[in-house]
Amino acid sequence: MRPDIWSLYRQMLRSRRFEEAVIDLWEEGKISGEMHMGIGEEAIAAGVVDHLEDGDAMALDHRGTPPLVVRGVDLVLLLKEFLGSRDGLCGGMGGHMHLFSPEHLSASSGIVGSAGPVAAGFALAAQHLRPGNLAVAFFGDGAMNQGMLLESFNLAVAWKLPVLFVCKDNEWAITTRSKHVTGGNLLDRAQGFGMTALEVNGTDVEAVWEAAKQGVERARNNGGPTFLLAHCIRPEGHFLGYPLLRKSLESMKEMVGPILRSLPARKGASLGERIASLGTIASLIGRTVTEKYSKRRDPIYRVRQGLKGEKSRLDEIEKEVAKEIQQAVDIALS
Amino acid sequence: MKTMGFADAIDDALAQAMANDSRIVVFGEDVHALRANLFVRFGEQRVRPAPISEAAFVGAAVGAAMAGLRPVVEVMMVDFIGVAVDALLNHAAKLEAFSGGKWRVPMVVRAPCGGGYGDGGQHEQSLWGWLAHIPGLTVVVPSNPADAGGLMLSAIENEGPVVYLEHKLLASNMLDFLGSGGRKTVQYDVPAEGTCGPVPDKWTSVPLGKAATLREGKDITLVSVAVDVHRCVEAAAALQKKGVSAGVLDLRTVSPLDKEALCRAVSRSGRLLVVDEDYRDFGLSGELAAVVLEAGIPLRYGRVCTEETIPYCREFEDQVLPSTKRIVDTALKLMEQ
Repeated sequence: MRPDIWSLYRQMLRSRRFEEAVIDLWEEGKISGEMHMGIGEEAIAAGVVDHLEDGDAMALDHRGTPPLVVRGVDLVLLLKEFLGSRDGLCGGMGGHMHLFSPEHLSASSGIVGSAGPVAAGFALAAQHLRPGNLAVAFFGDGAMNQGMLLESFNLAVAWKLPVLFVCKDNEWAITTRSKHVTGGNLLDRAQGFGMTALEVNGTDVEAVWEAAKQGVERARNNGGPTFLLAHCIRPEGHFLGYPLLRKSLESMKEMVGPILRSLPARKGASLGERIASLGTIASLIGRTVTEKYSKRRDPIYRVRQGLKGEKSRLDEIEKEVAKEIQQAVDIALS
Repeated sequence: MKTMGFADAIDDALAQAMANDSRIVVFGEDVHALRANLFVRFGEQRVRPAPISEAAFVGAAVGAAMAGLRPVVEVMMVDFIGVAVDALLNHAAKLEAFSGGKWRVPMVVRAPCGGGYGDGGQHEQSLWGWLAHIPGLTVVVPSNPADAGGLMLSAIENEGPVVYLEHKLLASNMLDFLGSGGRKTVQYDVPAEGTCGPVPDKWTSVPLGKAATLREGKDITLVSVAVDVHRCVEAAAALQKKGVSAGVLDLRTVSPLDKEALCRAVSRSGRLLVVDEDYRDFGLSGELAAVVLEAGIPLRYGRVCTEETIPYCREFEDQVLPSTKRIVDTALKLMEQ
């Protein structure tokens, strides 16, 4: 079976346009606190979630919006939750980091790595109560250094649990480059637990779909867990208003002032070390900004490039999705 | 004397200590970005970003402290200490007792805490009472820049483990990072006296376990820490207008607790109102009542605390967290008794 690229594209676009609407609401001050976006992860969400059926479960991280949108959670309920409304998905209690939909067996958490144990538990329940169903865990590469996640890899292998562990590797752990704080490579790490591990370009929705299919089939056929490493980008930074992406000069000045004052301060590291630290900070900013404006690894752009011969159909989907999202926003705000 | 922001004061005192003692190292999530000034001045060997592995790096702080370093380990938010509780509960806090007093753990765990900016119940907890429950842990919760810097110095100098909590409504860099994100479209109820204020030119330590009397009162004593200290001061002014003389005591450290200052104030006023952003049940607020009762001081008692999981929605959150209005209302009820 081949993936239905049009249907996957529509799902990716729904997620993107939905989150773009969320950005506007956040900018207007209608959404409080942190707001972590799944922009850049749409191909992973669409390519994995497309395989899910009734009775399958999802354990999500702080970027849980795209999988929930693709899974079919009511957009108005999601938006109202973000807006802190009493008739939101969780009665305004959770917000975007704590989204729960029992009917979709989907739960999110803001504690990095916690999707692992929860997915293992969902899978254990499937083993007992819903044979043939599975659990998916979505988490980032930052979570790959969290003990509870690695312990759940072992648990899932030892108990042969039907789990698909999906690592969305954007190469960041908050504001730290993952490679600076991670030993070895992630694929080897998962394989070290005796788990089948697959690597895929997470901006290529068809590739994700094919890889996820293998993991899902293994889980449904009592073959135990699979680890899927999907490389992607994080164009919006760790969350909205990310200091490294701030446009205003003023906030840049706030950041740069104290740093420059530290440079010549008496007592401390050698000048060489100080300059090395400055270089690290500059490269973090450089990388963040490049990612924001690099189209090449945008999963949506990639699909469009592949389908550009069928412009009218693309436009039609674009129009339909825009209408759906606008309607959801209008209802949520009314 | 000069003026400084709350978070800057902590970093400034920390920098002073680091310049004088090369055993002090800072590590934790994102410290190269959050403490960029320290990262540049002291280099990556002493200010080291950690992976998101709280159990490992807080645990490593315990070992490093045992073996001669004086780590200041940062956890992004106190809520995430949940992942590292074993290191604190079963190791840092126990070591001195287990070793018959022969081995101590001079480490500081620095973590932002507290709510009031709509981040939900997994990112806005206070937990100081929950942590202070464990014998062997010192828990520091400053309410203004001068105390913040001075208490950081004492925390570093202390020979045992200290949890140092900085409230996010006071630390403007954290509030900007997590709450506003550079937006002008959101407002938070931030007490000005707490976020910016006079600090000494050179930092000296503020003693642990010493409360500060911010206001004398003969009718009722309001006791609190962190942001709610300022809500208490505001409430005391409102109560004054209604003819009630309310005193305000800022505990500054939850553990060790300044029992003397507490008992002295309550024996004078006869009424204790505890304002605690941490959870009400089995926590600091009940402990203060117990301390006063054990001292044989008769009192009328009330408390304004967080009683449930903190809601994400700003409007519900405001109802759940202590507020000046709730303090005034509860104080007036106590006055009727």
